[in-house]
Amino acid sequence: MLQLKNTPFHERTSALCQPQNWRKWAGYFVVGSYEHTIDREYWAIRNSAALIDVTPLMKYIIKGPDAARLLDRVTTRNIQKMSVGQVYYTGWCDDEGKMIDDGTVARLDETTFRLTAAEPNLRWLTMNAVGLDVQFEDQTDRVASLSLQGPSSRSVLKRVCESDLEGLKYFRLMKNKLGGAEVTISRTGYTGDLGYEIWMDAKDAIKVWDALMEAGQDYGITPVGILALDMARVEAGLFMLDVDYTSAGHAWIESQKSSPFELGLDWTVALDKPGYFVGRKALEREKKEGSAWKLVGIEIDWVGMEKLYAEVGMPPQIPGTAIRASMPILVGNVQVGYASTASWSPLLKKYIALAHLQKPYYELGTDVRMEITVEHQRKHAPAKVVKLPFYEPEWKKK
Amino acid sequence: MTQNNYDAIIIGGGHNGLVAAAYLARAGKKVVVLERRHMVGGATITEEIIPGFKFTEFSYVVSLLRPEIIRDLKLPQNGLKILPLPSTFTPMDNGDYIAGWDDHDTTRREIYRHSPKDAEAYDEYGRRMARIAKAIKPILSILPPDPTSLSPKDLIGLLKLGQFAASLTEKELYGLAKIMTQSAADMLEEWFETDALLGTKSASGIIGTFLGPRSPSTAYVLLHHYMGEIDGAFRAWGFAKGGTGGIAESIASSARMFGAEIRVNANVQQVIVKGGRAVGVALENGDEIYAKAVLSSADPFVTFLKLVDQKYLPDELVHSIQKFRTRGSSGKVNIALSELPRFTALPDEHVLHRGAVSISPSIDYIERAYDDAKYGRFAKEPYVDMIFPSMIDPDMAPPGKHVMSCFVQYAPYDIEGGWDDAKREAFGESVIATIERYAPNIRRAIIGKQVITPVDIEAITGITGGNIFHGELLLHQLFFMRPATKWSGFRTPINGYYLAGSGAHPGGGIMGAPGKFAAELAMKDGI
Repeated sequence: MLQLKNTPFHERTSALCQPQNWRKWAGYFVVGSYEHTIDREYWAIRNSAALIDVTPLMKYIIKGPDAARLLDRVTTRNIQKMSVGQVYYTGWCDDEGKMIDDGTVARLDETTFRLTAAEPNLRWLTMNAVGLDVQFEDQTDRVASLSLQGPSSRSVLKRVCESDLEGLKYFRLMKNKLGGAEVTISRTGYTGDLGYEIWMDAKDAIKVWDALMEAGQDYGITPVGILALDMARVEAGLFMLDVDYTSAGHAWIESQKSSPFELGLDWTVALDKPGYFVGRKALEREKKEGSAWKLVGIEIDWVGMEKLYAEVGMPPQIPGTAIRASMPILVGNVQVGYASTASWSPLLKKYIALAHLQKPYYELGTDVRMEITVEHQRKHAPAKVVKLPFYEPEWKKK
Repeated sequence: MTQNNYDAIIIGGGHNGLVAAAYLARAGKKVVVLERRHMVGGATITEEIIPGFKFTEFSYVVSLLRPEIIRDLKLPQNGLKILPLPSTFTPMDNGDYIAGWDDHDTTRREIYRHSPKDAEAYDEYGRRMARIAKAIKPILSILPPDPTSLSPKDLIGLLKLGQFAASLTEKELYGLAKIMTQSAADMLEEWFETDALLGTKSASGIIGTFLGPRSPSTAYVLLHHYMGEIDGAFRAWGFAKGGTGGIAESIASSARMFGAEIRVNANVQQVIVKGGRAVGVALENGDEIYAKAVLSSADPFVTFLKLVDQKYLPDELVHSIQKFRTRGSSGKVNIALSELPRFTALPDEHVLHRGAVSISPSIDYIERAYDDAKYGRFAKEPYVDMIFPSMIDPDMAPPGKHVMSCFVQYAPYDIEGGWDDAKREAFGESVIATIERYAPNIRRAIIGKQVITPVDIEAITGITGGNIFHGELLLHQLFFMRPATKWSGFRTPINGYYLAGSGAHPGGGIMGAPGKFAAELAMKDGI
């Protein structure tokens, strides 16, 4: 039948989703929020344990003697240096050094990797594998994944996993057994908090969900939808494809494209690795000449914004969720960039945004103004360029 | 021992004292906080009274903590998290319940179940109160103007208030006038008919006062509690991670980060006054510490009548402070539980266990509880506001176990014959018996408990009369009359001596504003 897919957790998630708030994600339906207000879901990420269905992430197994060589060639990271059990976050570019997509690469064994992506990339991978001894498998539908995020996530997992994961370091993975099912657990996530992602055969999905919910009951485990996740990822300074940047593959015009440097991913571009990789020349050039744009964090001055609303006799009217919209950013009366996602941060009690700013306005501490609409009128709220992430708890990497 | 190198001394390490210290230290001032007890927090503390179970001993929820204080002092980076408290659940005598949830439509549906008329009134009532609260709220964030003063500063202040009031329609202005004078019961009965809804809403009008819901001027107290709600997602009633002690710890950590020194077990006996100016303090152990200014976050009674010699103060002020109403009327019962209470109206664990539970079946029920207190007895059937901190922050109790915080009114400070262990035990028993009527399993679920009377509040925190707001939030004790006419501006008749506690404008609750304002004023005065 011609329809979108439900994830293998649908039987559980649909029974819990009170507001019937469903979102489309890569061909699947996932829960936007489980409750009418998303406060409790957001705070589960920051205070206890949030259980998030992230099955729609594209998952590719890349296998064969040349698997490492292929990924070294496609991504910007030095994959040859990667040890088994390690996970890298990376972007990948076209030959002009512009980002196509981003995700994680996990080295499952010497010759097997799992790559996650926001969008289908099989064609791109295959095109780059000419002459290499490597096989691909799209496991997106076959492998279900759950993200367990929050300061209590480790305590919950320790209660329910067969092997101890105390020693599992940030961006490493391990095989384990959970609720009678074989799983892979990686210490990764999209929240900037302590957290894990659990990968399992789709047929074990309900077993694993139930085991986690039971083990987590005393730790305040809460099923969380992607709307609360969207707020947490902004606080963590993490961007999203198609929201904060456009894939070089989809862009209509050059100016829609972004390089990894422009997205603040300097640390992922291994220009010191040997040999060719896709986009290398362009990236070397950009590194030398400097980037025209940069993705930065901005903090909107609440008092300044309150004044703009007070002029019309109202308290500030911003939604208590992340806003995916382009909002012009000015210095003086000249537009120098735009915010791509803004969000109220319940934790920081601040209004924050991810913004693309032109040189030289992307320097830390620069005073800018962001456009907001106050009672149908364009106003400009004072804001400042600040360091990303906005929030990073000490336990994230501990 | 004598030290002479501080810009400011803060008496008392409660949340206001800590806020004052953090603001002063942030501005580069050399500050020391002197706390009488072994720990900071004052009435904003969390203690593990029973191993594994953390009690929010006194204050237990927060809504008015000012967001600019949270940002200025970097409290989130120092551990502050304010978790949502989404609901209020009131069990009824007929075995049913009425609940409010943080989703408007859900709450409307729930009220409709009891009364379609109340469901409609609820919409309009909410809007009316929010509009009036919005007009009044700016008062909380500005220094109180003195209406009799002709100084330009005060006149501008008054004009500002006038402007906000001018944004109200005529109807709302009358509403405001009524709120300033009416009883909570009279006001609410104009709107609603369901007993349990009336009882629950009226309870906000009596918290921290020695009044009943039928006493005039309690409508305003209700509005005061409404202020925290109008910012919606930005600032609603919440529970701090780690209990209210988590708030004090985050402010203390911020103050230290900015360079403030915090000393515990440092009991200030007297403020040293020389040439009409506060120049330091003398501690119980004989130490003397000197500074350019002294800020007292103790209550007005202690600040004016205990810490300084009355010869430095005008008789009129001394008289007003003596008459300042600080009669404690409430107590706390904190309980460690092996399982959650199972309410007859809600037998299983439910999301409503994550919010407040209110024992307030009707206005008459609360008024009768007040009748007991009026004549020197604790209420046999009290109003109880409960939360289960472990349902909001799982770290408050061992896994699978729970803690329960019960705010209880009325428990008069001046109980007939005075408080003793037997009376405290009987008071605790009346609370358990009251809860048991609605949740029969409560008694067998109790692992241990702590009963706190107003006399205990006074003994532990030092607050005169054990009043949780350092003086009741009555109209004649607010704004330019808090704590006394002419002396509402944090300054005192003694130069360099400031009132920085909840007894100053804008009042009690975990707000932090008095501490911030007093610190800013002291700096403006040139310390």
